[in-house]
Amino acid sequence: MNVTLKNDFYKTLLISAACALLPSTSIFAQTDEQKGFDISARSDRSDRNFGDSHVKINMVLRNAAGKESSRSLDLKTLEIPDENIGDKSIIIFDSPADISGTVMLSHAKILDADNQWLYLPALKRIKRISSVNKSGPFVGSEFAFEDLTASELNKYKYKFLRLEACGLLQCDVIERYPLYEHSGYTRQVVWIDQSVYQIRKIDFYERRGDLLKTLIIDNYKKYEGDIWRAHRFIMKNHQTRKSTNLIYSDYKFNTGLTDKDFRKDILRRIR
Amino acid sequence: MRILTSFLIVLVAVFPLVTSQASEVKVSGFVVGEIRGFVTSPQFSNQLSGIQLSLAIQPEFRSRINNGDEKITFVPFIRLDSSDDSRTHADIREMYWLHNSQEWTLLVGVNRIFWGVVESNNLVDIINQTDLVEDIDGKEKLGQPMINIATQQDWGNLGFFIMPWFRERTFPSEDGRLRSQVVVARDATYESTSEQKHIDLALRYSHYIGDWDFGVSFFKGTGREPRFILNGSGTQLVAQYDQVDQFGTDIQFTNDAWLWKFEGIARSQNGKNFTAIVGGFEYTFYQVANNKTDLGLLLEYMSDSREQDPTEIPPTEFDDDIFLATRLAMNDTQDTELLAGVLIDRNNSSKILSIEAKRRLNNHWNFELEGRWFLNVKENTSLSPLKKDSFVTLRLARYF
Repeated sequence: MNVTLKNDFYKTLLISAACALLPSTSIFAQTDEQKGFDISARSDRSDRNFGDSHVKINMVLRNAAGKESSRSLDLKTLEIPDENIGDKSIIIFDSPADISGTVMLSHAKILDADNQWLYLPALKRIKRISSVNKSGPFVGSEFAFEDLTASELNKYKYKFLRLEACGLLQCDVIERYPLYEHSGYTRQVVWIDQSVYQIRKIDFYERRGDLLKTLIIDNYKKYEGDIWRAHRFIMKNHQTRKSTNLIYSDYKFNTGLTDKDFRKDILRRIR
Repeated sequence: MRILTSFLIVLVAVFPLVTSQASEVKVSGFVVGEIRGFVTSPQFSNQLSGIQLSLAIQPEFRSRINNGDEKITFVPFIRLDSSDDSRTHADIREMYWLHNSQEWTLLVGVNRIFWGVVESNNLVDIINQTDLVEDIDGKEKLGQPMINIATQQDWGNLGFFIMPWFRERTFPSEDGRLRSQVVVARDATYESTSEQKHIDLALRYSHYIGDWDFGVSFFKGTGREPRFILNGSGTQLVAQYDQVDQFGTDIQFTNDAWLWKFEGIARSQNGKNFTAIVGGFEYTFYQVANNKTDLGLLLEYMSDSREQDPTEIPPTEFDDDIFLATRLAMNDTQDTELLAGVLIDRNNSSKILSIEAKRRLNNHWNFELEGRWFLNVKENTSLSPLKKDSFVTLRLARYF
């Protein structure tokens, strides 16, 4: 009897020890915060190690009456492997014609304001701009600058909410809270699918706490090196009834861009 | 007319070359129609009164060779004006061949180079001559022939300029408004016996560290600002261009919604030395209205130690002035923007009020409004020739 008890005791001890050694994805004793972070980290890291990318973006803005206008731009991104430093990016505007040749260079930071420069081709002027406000409309669209760039893991705190169906997939629903003090949002609710770990939908809640916008992300495609990229982003503003669609095309990866292609003085020579 | 002829020569000579070597030539640019109305009748005889109409075109031809390692750019500019013969003018804004590597750039041809950080008066901006008939704010520039070698390194950007041909400033004709009482003669005089062929040199280093962006520059050659000497018969002013040495520095500190800006120069010209500074800030209140509109406040102070004798040293408006302005960016689909400001002369309390507003109408059309108001202008000051020249300009531009 005593022996059996003792054996059971050791068995329990062994199992507990084994559990403790298991990776943190284990559901035992895991907080919703940790689970939210882990799911988000898995999603974020599935997009990484792309080196650099170059993509064309067509932006279609629709007002409440359905009237459309469009912009086209090129986005070049240089991945910075360190998760505590943001990526570098260059946005080159192609249309409307009056802003053609305008370039925006960003050296992103995770929790501070980015370093940002704007090149104005009519004046041939490179202007360092304040980047503290990432929540204002980006070129008149329903996207804020932070919506375009903010998928970096360490920009938020996380909390797992629930599991639910999203279209044909199963999604983890995570709530995330921006750590950047000038963010335009108090919280975002993010749907991440369980099969390829990509973000399918985000609800944005403004500072007052009301639902402001919903972003639907779809047309995912897998590129070489297991890099997943979405090709359509549909942002609807519930308060103004305006919407903006971003259509990504001609994705290229590892095009050989380096730090030197993201220097301030490159802006003058980009066109 | 000579410039126009050279345009044609260039068009004929360069274009087949460009198109044969490059994969494609990208054409963009704009055509702009302009109505300028003066609110009062002119101060001087022969000046136009009422409405001035004009039309300008600036096509831009850009082509890339060898995957963008080399670029050829051609940007001519032509303005036709209803009343002012000198404002009817043509210029080559840009026409260059550029060789590009990650660390080195070599540019040969005509180009426009902007230096500076402030909004009111860019003291350090010395490479290009001002195209004054375009706008009195001095922001429109003529193309400058140059050889420019630059290197981009981790320690910053270093550029060297050799400028073999000098461009004379444009001035309104006798029919034009916004001019001096006595018109400026077509022929200028020079300190250098090489006149326009004097080879000017410039060097600039610029970089940024954290929130600080800065540049230092040195220029040696024919100064872009002329002084003015009355001719023998007293009928015309002659623009005299001196040899100058100029050191310049420009600094911007960007912190949160604050942009702190400074530009300073030290120049020697016509046996005299002087310094000038401009400094101030721009602060932006973001999303002040309907979650979209940004409101910026600008304050800049200008001081200049040069003597106030236009026959001895180029005249300046910015000797002891304050520029106060507000910038409104609606951040709407049409990119509606407004900049309204006032330049206050602290010595004689004259003021120049200015408003610039623009709005996109659709993907190709833009509408612009510009107004300048001269207030409280005293007699016998540098501004008195302009005291009756307050105007409003409407522009409709087609971009392509």
